[in-house]
Amino acid sequence: MLKFIKHHMETIAGIGIYPVVSFVIFFSIFCIALLYVWKATRRHIDHMAALPLTEGNSTNESIHHAQP
Amino acid sequence: MTERFQYDNRIVKNFLFITILWGVVGMLVGLIAALQLVVPGLNFSEWSTFGRIRPLHTNAVIFAFVGNAIFTGAYYSLQRLLKARMYSDLLSRIHFWGWQLIIVAAAVTLPLGMTQGKEYAELEWPIDIAIAFVWIVFGINMFGTILKRRERHLYVAIWFYIGTWVTVAMLHIVNSIAIPVTLGKSYSWYAGVQDALVQWWYGHNAVAFFLTTPFLGLMYYFLPKAANRPVYSYKLSIIHFWSLIFIYIWAGPHHLLYSALPEWAQSLGVAFSVMLIAPSWGGMLNGLLTLRGAWDRVREDPVLKFFVVAVTCYGMATLEGPLLSVKSINAIAHYTDWIVAHVHIGGIGWNGFLTFGMVYWLAPRLFGTKLYSTKLANVHFWLGTLGIIFYAVPLYFAGFFQSLMWQQFTPDGFLVYKNFLDTVLEIKYAYWLRAIGGSIYLIGVLIMVYNVVKTVKAGKLVADEDAEAPALEKLEKEPAGHWHTWIERRPIQMLVWSLVAVAIGGIIEMVPTFLVKSNVPTIASVKPYTPLELHGRDIYVMEGCYTCHSQMIRPFRGETERYGEYSKAGEYVYDHPFQWGSKRTGPDLHRVGGKYPNSWHYYHMWDPTSMSPGSLMPAYPHLFENAIDTTTTRRKIEAMITLGVPYGSDLPAKANADLMRQGQAIADDLKKAGIETSADRDIIALIAYLQRMGTDIKAAAVATK
Repeated sequence: MLKFIKHHMETIAGIGIYPVVSFVIFFSIFCIALLYVWKATRRHIDHMAALPLTEGNSTNESIHHAQP
Repeated sequence: MTERFQYDNRIVKNFLFITILWGVVGMLVGLIAALQLVVPGLNFSEWSTFGRIRPLHTNAVIFAFVGNAIFTGAYYSLQRLLKARMYSDLLSRIHFWGWQLIIVAAAVTLPLGMTQGKEYAELEWPIDIAIAFVWIVFGINMFGTILKRRERHLYVAIWFYIGTWVTVAMLHIVNSIAIPVTLGKSYSWYAGVQDALVQWWYGHNAVAFFLTTPFLGLMYYFLPKAANRPVYSYKLSIIHFWSLIFIYIWAGPHHLLYSALPEWAQSLGVAFSVMLIAPSWGGMLNGLLTLRGAWDRVREDPVLKFFVVAVTCYGMATLEGPLLSVKSINAIAHYTDWIVAHVHIGGIGWNGFLTFGMVYWLAPRLFGTKLYSTKLANVHFWLGTLGIIFYAVPLYFAGFFQSLMWQQFTPDGFLVYKNFLDTVLEIKYAYWLRAIGGSIYLIGVLIMVYNVVKTVKAGKLVADEDAEAPALEKLEKEPAGHWHTWIERRPIQMLVWSLVAVAIGGIIEMVPTFLVKSNVPTIASVKPYTPLELHGRDIYVMEGCYTCHSQMIRPFRGETERYGEYSKAGEYVYDHPFQWGSKRTGPDLHRVGGKYPNSWHYYHMWDPTSMSPGSLMPAYPHLFENAIDTTTTRRKIEAMITLGVPYGSDLPAKANADLMRQGQAIADDLKKAGIETSADRDIIALIAYLQRMGTDIKAAAVATK
């Protein structure tokens, strides 16, 4: 009876690539996100974090805050 | 140059009120369902049996209560974070009324038994199309607002809204693909294992992208607002967002552990589910730590109290979820009330409390007044918290111990609890306690209703709130920065990349399983259902039998002893939709075929306690009155042929003749047992289906011998 549920995937060519692809995609996105927050400037992060608290008085004058 | 404009508060108010209304309704329906489990007499009509009420409850709380809460918070925060009025008042209104019409349609059709038979996706195809339409209206309105914004950068809450919008659209469309038979009946495009995988890819991500990501957006906006300080770590919120949407999309298969789903897909689901602890707890800590230095205010401010418990429940549920995905723990918890407790920590703890906090924060502001009574809000908080505990703790106990009872053997190797019902009766006390917990929780909500009504009466709606902000000027030169500040300024690119992120997960997870279709060793003896059995199966779906009965026997000794041979993928190839179920309030039915005589089923469906004294199952007298709807037989068979079920081309024409012949045989058999019945009743079709279930594989065993 085991033959009914075992070995499904063995007949698909190159099935082993799927888990590898999934891991690579996830890991690279994760690294990019990490890199971003590591490189982000204090000013930019503070500006972003303050957005919900600055209603009415726009902060657009500081558009160049992202410059290092 | 400073521009003057007005925020649209009327639409926020509308969504706020309707959230509260549907919350009360949805929870009340939940309470009725809970009571039906202990007082089966409460299943008082064809339209109010547990199998129909339970989908009504889940749809009402998920899509009506939580859905409208999302829209309330999103419409309020989007305008302010983007410093712009919503793109179109007309679209806002279409969105509002369209969504409420869908909910009303659900409230009518679900009790009538119109269902696709897939959890949290029960609504039939015309309503599914309406949902897609309204969702797109919401999307246009949101992106229109984003495009005419006066703030260059998109705050993290908006990313969560965008991620939510994109993913829910994708999930809804892919999972709802079905072939219509009539206006109120359709068959899922997918069958068996594929249908299960698509459904739980959808089902899990409905939790992820309807109950979690939009609420995280609300958390990242309203928690800093209420605490009056910026989020603890904006950097962490970025990591939280990207890792959460990337990992969540993979986790669905953890709903199908030890099932006939291929092993690799199960393992993939487990691995990603365990990884989810990291971003989830990152988000939870980010929320809680936002309150650092403000904890003294938590003592006084009910809004913050609700938020703290909500975020804590988020943390508890997202620790528990990954743990439940570990196969050995899942083996215990799956099919039991443990899962029910788990989702309610998320539902009434995280979603409920965050919504209540938001309501108490918004209502006075929208009406330019103060909250009528902080004291009553505090009473609500404590009743709600007690309600959560009284609801969840008994069910944790019940689930754990029932699972142990299912697998308990005597020293001689026999099941201790041979009768499934005995294990149910052992935990009936927990069902009572759960209903009490739910009642306490609901009383709290009613107090909130009173408080909000009084608050509203004391104030006056600020329908259009004045605001001003400088227009967003085109940048002549891109400021040097790096890529994420780039993407924060480009919402459409953001949309596309989120879609890519979630689509990759979905495609890689599902494509191999679709390939399986030609690779699953088809079991030669598994044949399509006869026309009568197909009608019977549709009755099974219509009555929501899957809400209490599984059709998936796991390869455990405790299950094979009790039910018979464990379930194989190849047995479900003609099941549109699959009916594996996720909860066993009653026993598994996959091998029920041939287990009892026809007369047993006849008496059991008329009055379950006649065959199983103490049974909690509703009686189904209407199946004995209603005649099988033979006008649809032909279309049903034709639909199945379209879906690839190998019926002979002559079957549609002679299907009803076949149906009557098989029905007559069952009626004749019943007559031998002293039961006089007409052969054209629904009950005959249902018996035919039940007697067929899981029997094909036995023919294979005989053949190979």
